[in-house]
Amino acid sequence: MTKITANLAKYQSLLALATMILVLSLLSDKFLTVNNGWNVMRQISVNVIISAGMTLVILTGGIDLSVGSILALAGAVAAGLLKNGVALESVDLFIGFTVLGAVLAAALVGAALGFFNGIVITRFKVPPFVATLAMLTMARGLTMLWSGGFPITGLGKTFAFWGTGWLFGIPMPVWISVSVVSILTILSRKTKIGRYIYAIGGNERASQLSGLNVQKIKIFVYTCAGLLAAIGGILVTARLDSAQPNAGMGYELDSIAAVVIGGTSLAGGRGSIPGTVLGALIIGVLNNGLVLLNVSPFWQQVIKGLVILLAVIIDRASAKNKR
Amino acid sequence: MTNNEEKKIILSAKKISKRFPGVTALEDVDLDIKSGQVHAIVGENGAGKSTLMKILSGVYQHYDGQIFLDGQKIAFKNPAEARQAGIAIIHQELNLLPHMSVAENIFLGREPINRFGFIDYNKMHTKTRTVLGYLKLDIPATTLVSSLRVGQQQIVEIAKALSLDARIIIMDEPTSAISEQEVAILFALIKDLVSKGVAIIYITHKLDELYKVGEHLTVLRDGKRVDSCLLAGLSRDDIVKKMVGRDIGNYFVKNHQTSQDVVLHVVEMSLPQSGQSTRFFLRDINLHVNKGEVLGIFGLMGAGRTELLETIFGLHPEATGHIKIAGHQVSITSPEHAIAAGIGYVPEDRKREGLILSMSIAHCVSLACIAQILQYGFLSTARENRLAAKYIDKLNIKTSGIAQNVETLSGGNQQKVVLAKWLATHPKVLLLDEPTRGIDINAKNEVYQIINQLAQSGLGIILVSSELPEILAIADRILVLSRGRITAEYAQQEASEEKILKAAIP
Repeated sequence: MTKITANLAKYQSLLALATMILVLSLLSDKFLTVNNGWNVMRQISVNVIISAGMTLVILTGGIDLSVGSILALAGAVAAGLLKNGVALESVDLFIGFTVLGAVLAAALVGAALGFFNGIVITRFKVPPFVATLAMLTMARGLTMLWSGGFPITGLGKTFAFWGTGWLFGIPMPVWISVSVVSILTILSRKTKIGRYIYAIGGNERASQLSGLNVQKIKIFVYTCAGLLAAIGGILVTARLDSAQPNAGMGYELDSIAAVVIGGTSLAGGRGSIPGTVLGALIIGVLNNGLVLLNVSPFWQQVIKGLVILLAVIIDRASAKNKR
Repeated sequence: MTNNEEKKIILSAKKISKRFPGVTALEDVDLDIKSGQVHAIVGENGAGKSTLMKILSGVYQHYDGQIFLDGQKIAFKNPAEARQAGIAIIHQELNLLPHMSVAENIFLGREPINRFGFIDYNKMHTKTRTVLGYLKLDIPATTLVSSLRVGQQQIVEIAKALSLDARIIIMDEPTSAISEQEVAILFALIKDLVSKGVAIIYITHKLDELYKVGEHLTVLRDGKRVDSCLLAGLSRDDIVKKMVGRDIGNYFVKNHQTSQDVVLHVVEMSLPQSGQSTRFFLRDINLHVNKGEVLGIFGLMGAGRTELLETIFGLHPEATGHIKIAGHQVSITSPEHAIAAGIGYVPEDRKREGLILSMSIAHCVSLACIAQILQYGFLSTARENRLAAKYIDKLNIKTSGIAQNVETLSGGNQQKVVLAKWLATHPKVLLLDEPTRGIDINAKNEVYQIINQLAQSGLGIILVSSELPEILAIADRILVLSRGRITAEYAQQEASEEKILKAAIP
């Protein structure tokens, strides 16, 4: 009985997505084409990657507002290192970076900032909202400092491949987002730490009394979120062949929207990574469809907002029915 | 009203009954409150005192029986109506807003308004000063409540009641958190209020206080009124005798054998209250539990029962003293350490502390022993389900399946899931805090049987309970805790409700 209702809830968003696809394909003959399909997938891949990390954070009952800024910083770090390297004038040393080196360094920066978020939240008991809001500002400031406020462009073909290339007929960003989603789905469902993430969000006190190291797990999820934001930043930069200092603005809201539409409770403890992918797909298809239908960008925002509201209201109603 | 005037009945409750699902909290209780009198109400934990007060103060609207105020039948729809009618209640947990001033708290919800529609602070502060002056609390009306001591906060609560012209003030354990000096001030105040004709309903565990302030006494037991009489002439023993003798109707047979091997040894454990070096939650606790033994710990509210279990379980790393498990000294500063050392802890509040309500039975059972269900580093659903199925069977958990959400289980079955969670860790010692609270009588008996079986299998068990009959029936040995100290120890054969209660009352 509970299984059926749980499955119904899962199919609810799937049904919404299917309806949207059906309606859009009737309204526009450009919508249901292979090309446009890849287009949508490529567009949402960055949001999917960030939202997967956000899902882990939200499952613990937290929130991460800093992902957009970390994305920009990581992109700028990768681009800067790749283009200019690091010159230590005092010791007359110049370090050049390969693509792999620059990417790893950028990922490390993202993970480090996420780790910092986790420390502030667990050791200094700053609410996640405030801690990551502060990081949103700080990471954006660091991006400006690093780049001098100018885009860093001309990063070479090897790097651009990560954002624009195809492998076995599938765009690179899609490969990466699918890998991230697979790994995090297994992590959340099949590993100890995944189980603990759900437990903490469900009841932090009971988790602590069951011997879970709550602080360690929270630090882990914020580090993950930072790392994944950095990966998103690398992809955005590679796609545009340019690191924009104001990249990723508002991305934290898009990813929270995907998580929420995907049925994850902001209170923590309930939800799933595949749900979030579905949420990101719904937003992506909606964006794409509205553009194809020439809906004014102003209306697009209004409609997106309404969809978020609708998703949550339906979710609440079905949660109530279950009880 | 003056002292000489005849004391008359102002509040009269007739045949009050209140039922909760599975429990009868009150049954045909009569209560007459006279003006200008302190009416004390005593009874064990769970005797129905709080329920009765919640009915009188309008918190509960559904009950059987009738209440008369000045001869008029009344039925309050909410606490505000009761306050309007002149009945104020001062709860054990004070209901003040810490970040507001004393005056704002006293006039909360009925702030005086000036002709522009703004709050008239002048009037509010003047009135506050008057009432504080009467109560001899020498603080400015603008003081923030958070900066007051608990005793002072209590007087602010009384000020709030008085500014409402309350004629009946209910005080629920008012001295549980305040110093001796403040108690003296409070008692002087109560005498003064009574001389002005106010009726006080005074709920307490502390019999000494009764003789200091009380005049009339009502004793409740198992939701029934045992006696109601004048206090004069009653001895402490008389009162204790009236309080004890509850019947939990269990048909439980104990058949486990206690071994001589000590499994848990607590030595010189003390737990200071945070920020204070002179006040303690626990003081110089020494205790031991043998294999196969059920050690009962009885204490009244605030005696330090829960703190004791929490400290053993590593939740208060600031505590002093040490712990030995099976003869080896262990350092326990977190639940992780405690579990590794072989201790399990079933907390008092299973929903807030024991279970993760959003999870399935299987997930809850494996939570504290997740290493057992790992296979090649990943969670094995098969192993997890086998583990859950084993305990569902062993503890007779009534469920539609291992995937059922624990939220939808009954209280008794939820408690069994918590027990299963700990048994799955194969503990040497199990700490049980009020394991039968809020579960029905059949489930209670099942839990007693489980405790018996666990002791039989060699576990050392500490059972904290505020229910005397329960502790007498299950425990092999009983320690009594009072104000953070162990005040008595009885073997089961020599223990009686009276002896235990006497040792427990501070």
